Amino acid sequence: MRDYMTQTDRYGKLWIWTAAVVVLMVPVAICVYYNAWPEMTAVLKGLLGVAPIYWTVGFIEVVTYTPMLGVGGTYLAFVTGNLTSLKAPSALSAMENAGVKPGSEEGEVISTIAIATCSIVTTLVIVAGVCVLSIISPILDSPVLKPAFDNILPALFGGLGVVYISKNWKLAIAPLIFMIVLFLLVPGLAGSVGVLVPVGVLIALGAGRVMYKKGWV
Amino acid sequence: MYIIAALVIVFVLAQSIFFLVRALRRGKELGISNAQLKKTVIATSVFTIAPAISILLGVVTLSKFLGIPLPWIRMSVIGALTYELPAATSTANALNISLSELIRDPKVYSAIAWVMTLGIIPSIILPPILMKKIRGGMVKLQSKDAKWSDIFMTSLFLGMISAFLGMVFADIRSGLAGWIPIFVLLVSALTMAVCGILIKKCKMQWLETYAMSISMIVAMVFAVVITPVIL
Repeated sequence: MRDYMTQTDRYGKLWIWTAAVVVLMVPVAICVYYNAWPEMTAVLKGLLGVAPIYWTVGFIEVVTYTPMLGVGGTYLAFVTGNLTSLKAPSALSAMENAGVKPGSEEGEVISTIAIATCSIVTTLVIVAGVCVLSIISPILDSPVLKPAFDNILPALFGGLGVVYISKNWKLAIAPLIFMIVLFLLVPGLAGSVGVLVPVGVLIALGAGRVMYKKGWV
Repeated sequence: MYIIAALVIVFVLAQSIFFLVRALRRGKELGISNAQLKKTVIATSVFTIAPAISILLGVVTLSKFLGIPLPWIRMSVIGALTYELPAATSTANALNISLSELIRDPKVYSAIAWVMTLGIIPSIILPPILMKKIRGGMVKLQSKDAKWSDIFMTSLFLGMISAFLGMVFADIRSGLAGWIPIFVLLVSALTMAVCGILIKKCKMQWLETYAMSISMIVAMVFAVVITPVIL
């Protein structure tokens, strides 16, 4: 196990640092291609609007999702993005279906397979979509289909929730009640759901620890 | 620009295939059956299609003012619409320009590209920096108390699921329209429960692979049907 994990970590670091360079090269290439470097103040002003939130969220996401996704899954998911809305649910669903525990080596393997497959399929769907964008754009943008995509998260987490909560209902009660009450009281938080994931995790962990000590779970 | 996009896509695919092949090999070594590994790949592929189309919709949204290549790159690497749109808007506001039409000023375009990139960069540089510490903590936890370690992992996932389930209740004060996400959630949950019964009671094991995708698609179709009725 240790060998596989150590190697995965080594390869993962290599890939992710390369990805960091690739990602940074994109705006550099744009500036070189158009021969247009932006003013530093414009970039800083733009960053000021998003960086304080997204750098914090980035740190929280790494700490929260790494134990869930495993080594390989983490290195891959953080490069390919759409973590909360796609990669983490697909890894969880795959581990649940395969009957393996998150954190075990089998869990690590299944999670990596799910995230890799997810990334490949997403990339190919986007490539295919971009190739025929002028044809499908009016369809995707149509008001008829809008409700389907507006509701993709409830559609995804409804099915996932019923599987996971039915198996761990005692552990689910506290975070679920807390989150429902919180969103009922402060509906504006819906836009910051990413920040609230670690809050839900802390509530679940606290309640889980109490129940574990009392022998309820 | 399309060449840069193509190179980034090839990089993402190469990394994904590299990890997929390694994990499949290791899975076989660990004694996970070929059928199980195949099932994981098929189930995840089917499950991914609808959210992937939703991500493609993000490319369509951003392409209205950024053209196609940059949104294509951003939505394939690290990005998500929930981040890219605020990043573009923040830069546009700083430069006093509108995002209602295609950006033609190269300086504005490159400024947006830089903000999108630098704003998300911690998500890519923090995993390798923090990995050792997090993994070390998890290994220590597992060896110290295996049962608590299991509860710990389950709690992590339940925390995530709870946040998203709670979010669905955010709009219910706005009247019946605000209940649509809850109805959609319930239809998805109900469909999954029916699939579970069919798998267990009617021995329809093949359904296991598609249950998650079916419940998601049924709920999305339900959203299309119910929304015009309610609004």
